[in-house]
Amino acid sequence: MTHQFPALSPEQKKALSDIAQRIVAAGKGILAADESVGTMGNRLQRINVENTEENRRAFREILFSSDASINQSIGGVILFHETLYQKDSSGKPFPAIIKEKGIVVGIKLDKGAAPLPGTNGETTIEGLDGLAERCAQYKKDGVDFGKWRAVLKITSTTPSQLAIQENANTLARYASICQQHGLVPIVEPEVLPDGDHDLQRCQYVTEKVLAAVYKALNDHHVYLEGTLLKPNMVTAGHSCPKKYTPQDVAIATVTTLLRTVPAAVPGICFLSGGQSEEEASLNLNAMNQSPLPKPWKLTFSYGRALQASALAAWLGKSENKKAAQEAFCKRAQINSLACRGQYVVSGKTDTAATQSLFTVSYTY
Amino acid sequence: MTHQHPALTAEQKKELSDIALRIVAPGKGILAADESVGHMAKRLNQIGVENTEENRRLYRQVLFSADSRVKKCIGGVIFFHETMYQKADDGTPFVQMIKDKGIVVGIKVDKGVVPLAGTDGETTTQGLDGLSERCAQYKKDGADFAKWRCVLKISDNTPSALAIMENANVLARYASICQQNGIVPIVEPEILPDGDHDLKRCQYVTEKVLAAVYKALSDHHVYLEGTLLKPNMVTPGHSCPTKYSPEEIAMATVTALRRTVPPAVPGVTFLSGGQSEEEASINLNAINTCPLVRPWALTFSYGRALQASALSAWRGQRDNAAAATEEFVKRAEVNGLAALGKYEGSGDDSGAAGQSLYVANHAY
Repeated sequence: MTHQFPALSPEQKKALSDIAQRIVAAGKGILAADESVGTMGNRLQRINVENTEENRRAFREILFSSDASINQSIGGVILFHETLYQKDSSGKPFPAIIKEKGIVVGIKLDKGAAPLPGTNGETTIEGLDGLAERCAQYKKDGVDFGKWRAVLKITSTTPSQLAIQENANTLARYASICQQHGLVPIVEPEVLPDGDHDLQRCQYVTEKVLAAVYKALNDHHVYLEGTLLKPNMVTAGHSCPKKYTPQDVAIATVTTLLRTVPAAVPGICFLSGGQSEEEASLNLNAMNQSPLPKPWKLTFSYGRALQASALAAWLGKSENKKAAQEAFCKRAQINSLACRGQYVVSGKTDTAATQSLFTVSYTY
Repeated sequence: MTHQHPALTAEQKKELSDIALRIVAPGKGILAADESVGHMAKRLNQIGVENTEENRRLYRQVLFSADSRVKKCIGGVIFFHETMYQKADDGTPFVQMIKDKGIVVGIKVDKGVVPLAGTDGETTTQGLDGLSERCAQYKKDGADFAKWRCVLKISDNTPSALAIMENANVLARYASICQQNGIVPIVEPEILPDGDHDLKRCQYVTEKVLAAVYKALSDHHVYLEGTLLKPNMVTPGHSCPTKYSPEEIAMATVTALRRTVPPAVPGVTFLSGGQSEEEASINLNAINTCPLVRPWALTFSYGRALQASALSAWRGQRDNAAAATEEFVKRAEVNGLAALGKYEGSGDDSGAAGQSLYVANHAY
């Protein structure tokens, strides 16, 4: 452990760092539109739309063909493999449409969970095989960042030492490989909100998980300035009887991050994890208003919490396209304000925005 | 690793955090006056003074008689055990003299290095036995912080993984025990400047060492807001043929810290490690004007670099005491300015000459 064998040249580092900075530029966050086929099925089922390739394409087209001014709130979009190669109705590839708006294109790279035998139902994540070649191809096809989601859960016996260490290690391997191919890795160690544990418990576990993640990234010689973190916010479990305010969530979350995430990491883009659209915005806003120091950007990488209203407005009908786009743009703008701690709630609430989007043991 | 068994109450945490913040309040740093008997022998030898308990008492009196000017630049003083129980000529205990100036009293608690068998001359540090009882006693006797020094060296095959892991672990055990007794632990993982390695090598090794230290502190449930870090600056080895500017040293140092030291740590108090008084001040100043985001206080914990001029002015003569004290106060004020990035150097060559050697941060 004494001699450095540089993993990246200065030019490679600069390229990665520049991409990361663009994604989390002031007031911008990420649209996570990388739902797998199965997960899109769940979404479409809720609005009684059939899960066909065309319907998936049509809905993504609605999002991506929003007015160019969406680039004030969206710095990056994460795509699923299928979507990267789809086109809009005029035959224009989706990545081109997104890049034209000055938004960075990302790709989900993991291949889902695999069980860890000998544990209480815990998992690791597959997808390292041939990852280098896949990254190289995606880079050619217009992608500049990747995403890999590891999952941990809180129960009386989990997460175990093995689950924490194994998931941290695979995240670090994935990150290392991405960087070799000019892709900024978004590192996502999600601690699920399932359970009745309180806020303190979630904070404790998240601190342990993130400490392990950053040690692993260091061990694997990952260039932190060219990465992003996508963690859960620190919240109570979904069935916790005690209620907490956005300020409680904000303090617990930022404290956790201050204790574990090096200042070299340019941005932290929270997952929404089943929170309603409004909850996810209020919590992000509270964090950015909190008096605690924040040496990294605190922004969003939302899937459900950016798309729920749009889906409900669309209902699978092309005549609803404009309404769906407006719903999406509205949430994007709100989250952009939340990134700056400037979101002021207007008073009216609409059903879709406040509806909990929690699904038990959420997997893509 | 799922349930928290809180190591500290909220009150204990607040007390530790308050102490730490007082020590590294803006413009303040630490006087490391904790040289052991053997170490003082070397210092006194250099000025032709006999190493007696009385001479050691007289010398520390020179430092501790400094007037109220030191209140704004010295936040803490580290004592050696013997000195904790010595008094001034008028019978005032040294501990009280320091506290009366509003300065926090600290104590060296390690018991020196011991060899790690099977390594290339590497060491760990001893002193854990009965440490809890010793801390409790020191707290009663007026100490509010402690210091423990671990040592690593750079050579062709060091530091080894064992040396890094063992020293990180022993630092974490020490820190944990201190906090249980209301004492803020200063964590000192010194990487010696001996050798001909360049700046990059020192940076690489420092990043690995600090990553291991903070993982160990997390594993041992240490409350980071109630600790301080005392690292080496990132510099080339003493016999390295390449020369570097203060700006390059600053950039390498701050980059290494940004990649490893969680923002929750309130302050980083650099050791001077053989740098001259002026060098240590100029480098600290450059660190505080470095254009990267620095979420912790960056200040000094200097021994030689605060005392060299005072020692040579004193030469063991009572008549020289006032002049010697004045030398110390001058260096303390200079370093207080450097901790704020406001020190303009003793003369000619800072500023412009240094700027030309500045390298963009991504190359680090």
